Amino acid sequence: MIALLDLFSIAAISAGTFFFLAGTVGLLRFPDSLTRLHALTKADNLGLGLVALGLIPHADSALSALKLIVIWVLVLLSGGSTSQLIGRALRRGRK
Amino acid sequence: MSLLPILDVVLAGLVIGVAIFTITARELFASVVGYVAYGLLLAFVWIRLYAPDVALTEAAVGSGVTGVLLITAGKRLGALKNAAPEAQPGFAFKLLTGVLAALVASALGAVILMLPDPPPSLAPEAAAAADGAGAGLGNPITAVLMSYRSLDTMLEKIVLILAVVGVWSVGTDKAWGSAPAPLRQQEPYAPMVFLAQMLAPVGALIAIHIFWTGANAPGGAFQGGALLAAMWMVTMMARLTDPPRIDTQWLRVALVAGPAVFLISGLAGEVVAGAFFAYPPSLAKPIILFIEAFMVLSIAAALPMLVAGPPSERPD
Amino acid sequence: MNELLLAAAGLIVLMVAIGLARILLGSNDVERLMAVQLLGTGGIAALLLIAQATNVPGVEDVALGLALLAAFASIAFINLLDVDQGDAEA
Repeated sequence: MIALLDLFSIAAISAGTFFFLAGTVGLLRFPDSLTRLHALTKADNLGLGLVALGLIPHADSALSALKLIVIWVLVLLSGGSTSQLIGRALRRGRK
Repeated sequence: MSLLPILDVVLAGLVIGVAIFTITARELFASVVGYVAYGLLLAFVWIRLYAPDVALTEAAVGSGVTGVLLITAGKRLGALKNAAPEAQPGFAFKLLTGVLAALVASALGAVILMLPDPPPSLAPEAAAAADGAGAGLGNPITAVLMSYRSLDTMLEKIVLILAVVGVWSVGTDKAWGSAPAPLRQQEPYAPMVFLAQMLAPVGALIAIHIFWTGANAPGGAFQGGALLAAMWMVTMMARLTDPPRIDTQWLRVALVAGPAVFLISGLAGEVVAGAFFAYPPSLAKPIILFIEAFMVLSIAAALPMLVAGPPSERPD
Repeated sequence: MNELLLAAAGLIVLMVAIGLARILLGSNDVERLMAVQLLGTGGIAALLLIAQATNVPGVEDVALGLALLAAFASIAFINLLDVDQGDAEA
């Protein structure tokens, strides 16, 4: 049981790190500000979610595990809205 | 665990890199963004030094609120586009500033590197004194702040009020009593309003939780108050509310409430427990939480007022 | 397990460093805003991993606070840029 939880953590955290890697590659290689914003927001948010998921089995208490989920939802919410705002600012800057 | 030193080196290098960028950036906006990034990275460093309370305070005040303060001030000064050449400080002045900063930094570095091993520390003394004052709190930092060094903490809050008064007095005589300029001049924009409506209640809840849990775990009144202040500023920046008039009664009561309750408790300690700022041992924890609640209110009122700035005349 | 957590944290910190270098050095004002986003996600992930690996207590509250502050700082900077770019349409 413990080994299974550990395996799950390892899988989730590795996947999360891979998405961070992908996000940074996108940040470096995409041609345009808007596409870079896309890479940053989507990939990094997913990476954080997977990392938080992987840390849940190791949480000290149910409240800590709940906080990890709340962290992810909060970052998702603010990341989604902020990327809209940044996108608008980028588009207006073009004019 | 040989990975940890490598991680520390990468982190330290990153902090130094961001600091150098902040100092050498050509535009104010770039350097303020660098400053906020630097503050968030420093919070990281504090976690590596096993100080989560300091990490939260650094992120909240050192990078969040101060960063917004800097950018708002810069905007007001109109200094965001390159200033007129004659207004820039001269090269000799910049050189002098750089040399002084480098001297202070190297003095600090030398002190740290030359500390005897183990380094002298007041921590055991403070922890013992905090326990002895009957605080009964699980978080030694809160015990030291509110019990061992309570006078210092109260004076800090008074300094905050003085700063607000200082900022308000910069306004013109005619504008005294009116409200500061709104934090956002344009029309409200839907995604920002949505974010503020979602974020502010959740953030307020988290801030109160962090204040309440500071008695036994990392957290405390200052961190909770700063986060609450940030949430109020979020609603003001999304144009959901506007900064209040500075002569409103509730604002002034909120500002003064924290230090006032603190002072009254200290004076009452003289009568009830025999010394200025002593707490009766059985009631120490409830009293401390009571005082801290009002401190949260004062901090949450003072910090946004500092960012909102002096009262401004309305064209009407 | 700890080694894996530290390795993941180290990789993420490296990614954040590379991302920061790209964003801060090579772009315009608006893109620099993305630095706060980057730290808000990558920084929090690395923070959670390192704190779990080195047994620092109470770090979820710090991460919650960081998430709130990253959003707060982003909104403040966007407001400023809106002022700069004028007020053509809402």
